[in-house]
Amino acid sequence: MLLAENKNLIDLQNIGVFRAGRWLVRGIDLCVRSGEIVTIIGPNGSGKSTTAKTAIGVIKPDEGQVMRTDGLKVGYVPQKLAVSAAMPLTVRRLMKLGGGQRRAEIDAMLAMTGVSHVSDQQVHFLSGGEFQRVLLARAMLGKPQLLVLDEPVVGVDFAGSLELYQLITKVRDETGCGVLLISHDLHVVMAQTDTVICLNSHVCCRGTPELVAENPEYLKLFGKTAAQDLAIYTHHHDHTHLADGRVVHSHDGSVCQHDDHGNEKGK
Amino acid sequence: MLDDFFIRALVAGIGLAVIAGPLGCFVIWRRMAYFGDTMAHSALLGVALSMLFAIDVLWGVFAVCLLVALLLLVLQARGSAGARLFSSDALLGILSHSALALGLVVVSLMSWLRVDILGFLIGDVLAVSRYDMMVIYAGGVLVLACLGWFWHSLLVATISEDIAEAEGLKPKQAELVLMVLLAVTIAIAIKIVGVLLITALLVIPAAAARRFSSTPEAMAILAVVIGVIAVVGGLFGSLHFDTPSGPSIVVAGLVVFCLSLMPVFSKAPISVPAPENEEK
Repeated sequence: MLLAENKNLIDLQNIGVFRAGRWLVRGIDLCVRSGEIVTIIGPNGSGKSTTAKTAIGVIKPDEGQVMRTDGLKVGYVPQKLAVSAAMPLTVRRLMKLGGGQRRAEIDAMLAMTGVSHVSDQQVHFLSGGEFQRVLLARAMLGKPQLLVLDEPVVGVDFAGSLELYQLITKVRDETGCGVLLISHDLHVVMAQTDTVICLNSHVCCRGTPELVAENPEYLKLFGKTAAQDLAIYTHHHDHTHLADGRVVHSHDGSVCQHDDHGNEKGK
Repeated sequence: MLDDFFIRALVAGIGLAVIAGPLGCFVIWRRMAYFGDTMAHSALLGVALSMLFAIDVLWGVFAVCLLVALLLLVLQARGSAGARLFSSDALLGILSHSALALGLVVVSLMSWLRVDILGFLIGDVLAVSRYDMMVIYAGGVLVLACLGWFWHSLLVATISEDIAEAEGLKPKQAELVLMVLLAVTIAIAIKIVGVLLITALLVIPAAAARRFSSTPEAMAILAVVIGVIAVVGGLFGSLHFDTPSGPSIVVAGLVVFCLSLMPVFSKAPISVPAPENEEK
């Protein structure tokens, strides 16, 4: 299709990164179009982060070509980020560094990722999950054409992960941006992912989540049991959990205490 | 009535504190204290070389500091890519003290010159001329303007180099700018505090400001205020007790830093929203 909204944001052709005497990744082809969610999965050390960093230009490849749309705006959430405790930094100030200057925009984005209650706190006091949400909000604030999320749900509990994945999908639907997502968490691959790329220094297999789950290469890499665990979440809860433990009911939008509804286990 | 030389030292020192505050914050945030120390120690080699070639000490110091900074950047970059034999810590240790030793050796070899080594090592208020004052203020305006221009990208690069790179903020360029600004600051600070103590003037006021700040900008401004207090207190102390200016300023800074650690000054604890189940 040659629709404008489906143009390639990034196109990696036969990428190889050579460091310290070995190829971290080699022969990677990867393409993300606007409005598309591409998920890279693979074991530890398989080159997922390297691939993502090459895609956005943080790492220069030793082989192959990286093509990016001119003036591509990237929102990036790195895998690990430790802000030095020596730097005082409130969540709000960190958000401003994302390019959004208007208070209302910042508040809206923090509310969207469910962390408005921490907006005036120091980032050093946030829990892992809260910090991930803040970083995600910060990345989205600059209205990027491409969101690159390196393990965005690390440190977020199970329900929170699902909620964040839903949020990412929502952002994609609303803004039409492309999303490059990295996960080592085989248990939760988004149903909304258009393409899953299974990586182990090279591309083992690629396709829709359903196809990849049945691919022999994938089964070899992760083992049959793990593969059976590859859950593709399509079901909907009648409520969602807020970051502070409260619950929103989707039918009427009411917010209540978690303990107030007793039937959630019997779904 | 205060002597003319003292007024000059005071005015120059205050100017220096204003530059050192924000710059010192970055030195702390980016863990560059030892890096700054290495650059400062190499300044003595700059002094020696400028005397050898009969050029202004300022330019010699600036050139040598910058050279050492670039050398360190190259060594560290190469080290991270390939197999590294030495940690950057060891590299800094080697460079820092070699540069200082080399400077001392070169100065003593030039037996035809009478050089007040101690003055360069620990600062000498008597040596501050009108010209030096002008240099400090002109250099200061330049440094602060540059720092303001690169403030945003430097902040993002300090939080995460990868994010800065991904968002097109050119963190390497910002880092280089910071090096140049440090070199300029060291060159203009050498007469007031001396090469051994320049890093202290950068680090101590910023560290003392940390506890009272909730944003990077607040910390930078507060570091300026504390730096000015240290300079004024230190210089008056040096006049009163007849002690060298550099160490006196640093000791005054240390006193402020120790005061900042006192529990009396602890701010209200970070507000945590009350647990929801308390509403029941």
